[in-house]
Amino acid sequence: MKQYLKLAWRNLWRNKRRTIITLTSVILAVLLAVCMRSMQKGTYANMIENAVRFSTGYIQIHAKGYWDEPSLNNSFENNDLLDSLIGNNKNITLAVPRMESYVLASSGDHTKGVQVIGVDPRKEDALNGLSDKLKQGSYFSADDAGILVGDELSSYLDLSVGDTMILLGQGYQGMTAAGKFPVKGIFHFPDKRMNSSLVYLPLIACQQLFIAYDRYTSLSLMLKNPTGQSRTVTELSSQLDTNNWEVMPWEAMNKTLTQEIAGDNAGGVIMLGILYVVIAFGVFGTILMMTMERRKEFSVMVAIGLKRTRLIILLTLETLFIGILGVSTGIILAMPVLVYFKLNPVRITGDAAQMFEQFGIEPIMPASLNPEIFVHQGITVLIISLVASLYPLIYVARFDILNALKR
Amino acid sequence: MRNTMEVIELKKLHKTYEGIVPVQAVKGVDLLFGKGEFTAIVGPSGCGKTTLLNMIGGLDAPTEGQVLIEDQDISALSPAELVDFRLWNIGFVFQSYNLIPVLTVKENIAFIMELQGRNHKEINDRVAYLLDVLGMKDKMNIRPRYLSGGQQQRVAVARALASSPKFVLADEPTANLDSQSTENLLELMETMNRTEDITFLFSTHDQRVMDKAHRIVTLEDGKVVRDGKQEKVE
Repeated sequence: MKQYLKLAWRNLWRNKRRTIITLTSVILAVLLAVCMRSMQKGTYANMIENAVRFSTGYIQIHAKGYWDEPSLNNSFENNDLLDSLIGNNKNITLAVPRMESYVLASSGDHTKGVQVIGVDPRKEDALNGLSDKLKQGSYFSADDAGILVGDELSSYLDLSVGDTMILLGQGYQGMTAAGKFPVKGIFHFPDKRMNSSLVYLPLIACQQLFIAYDRYTSLSLMLKNPTGQSRTVTELSSQLDTNNWEVMPWEAMNKTLTQEIAGDNAGGVIMLGILYVVIAFGVFGTILMMTMERRKEFSVMVAIGLKRTRLIILLTLETLFIGILGVSTGIILAMPVLVYFKLNPVRITGDAAQMFEQFGIEPIMPASLNPEIFVHQGITVLIISLVASLYPLIYVARFDILNALKR
Repeated sequence: MRNTMEVIELKKLHKTYEGIVPVQAVKGVDLLFGKGEFTAIVGPSGCGKTTLLNMIGGLDAPTEGQVLIEDQDISALSPAELVDFRLWNIGFVFQSYNLIPVLTVKENIAFIMELQGRNHKEINDRVAYLLDVLGMKDKMNIRPRYLSGGQQQRVAVARALASSPKFVLADEPTANLDSQSTENLLELMETMNRTEDITFLFSTHDQRVMDKAHRIVTLEDGKVVRDGKQEKVE
């Protein structure tokens, strides 16, 4: 094999200029493909991360029927079985209980319908860094009776830290829910809707408000390995009685985002396809030229005893060298660019930013350094290179020695 | 009784190239070549010399007849078996040298032995010996394009001889060489024929080559018209 590697490498550099031009086209295409894919995947990861952290978690457990009818009457009581299942699942890193409902919020002459989320302050902070989003005031603790309010809502209701907000709504099983809560802090999220309509309460205070003691509406789960999400869903579903519980992955709870990502991803794949065609023709042209101009040499090699299969190996190695050199150089050149954009994400402005905010997502495009991107692009370009060399390989398998010798 | 020293036997060999007008290049040739022969196949252009050599070398298949190499009918071998057969039994020297341009002199000579899978010591010893005979030790690490035509053809002969084949086929080996290079090449081929007892068959128009041949087979219009040692061929 060493002999073939040596021959293939030297053959590659017989016509330096041509090889460099072909390599440059492969390098540029890989650079472009990797950067494009990295920005896309980074943006998707950011979108998913935001959605998962601020909304659903990777997986949510509800009482059966809650997702279709999100009412306190479809809440569930904290229980040991659930705690033990979650505690024993090695892929689950965090289980965040929440109680969510809608009430009227009032202060002075102003009233507004708001979403109330009762949270475990420590776990919620671990999940989404809620305490870091505070503009004014301080973060609450589990036994606090204070609330956190969005900055736009606080402006609308003319509330400052220390002021009192009245919440009025329907509690568990039709009871009246009413309470006065001091504003402990004012937060700001990238999503305007959250800033104008969201109130956080410590879980215990929230359960007291809705007279739903020791009950949750959802349990959001964070995972050590998100790629093992479906396995975790299957495990939990098989361990829980599905007549009483529903275990849902984030994709099922956030279909709009899933579709948005799928649509955008399809556009990206088409662009990649165009790039791949460019790569394929560049490699095809070079390998074809390298084959045709060496017909006589090939015929001599076969005449003196080189098997055609070995000749095919030789040509394949030449193609692989172009592919590997192009892919590795492209990736090496892309790395500093991607690291920069990972650390300094592109900030989106204008209409596009609004679209991001609609989904509660920070309008940034960070690059992703997920090794999968590089591996996929690398393997794809190598496969394309090999496919592009099929015709020359077929020629080598079939060419007539005598005709080629006469040239 | 058969001569056990016969290396090549051609039996009623015919070759017709099909086309709008079929061309009969070789017409019923019967020949025997013994071990260690140094034979020139001569004749005018188009008389079938190259076709005959190609059939002996398994590069072309006869339309009729047989090519027996040490009693093995090579016409019956598959293309893949023929490649293997050539690798182990035949050395080729081409008119235009046809060395592998990306390999050095040493690597070109070693190429066939490497294909045969011989060990490094064997290869190195043989290459060193041949380079010594060629008088080209100082050029062993340079590529063919830096050599003269004569030097390249000497390397091509060394390549053909490196694997100690049963016989060497050379198609017009001196056609592109000046008289000094021709002289040097013939001396090399004669030396190897004498010292290693390797059979040489070469087609040629070159009187200097014919003068060195032990036997001359003359072809005309695809048939053998003369076979034997001659003083001079007009």
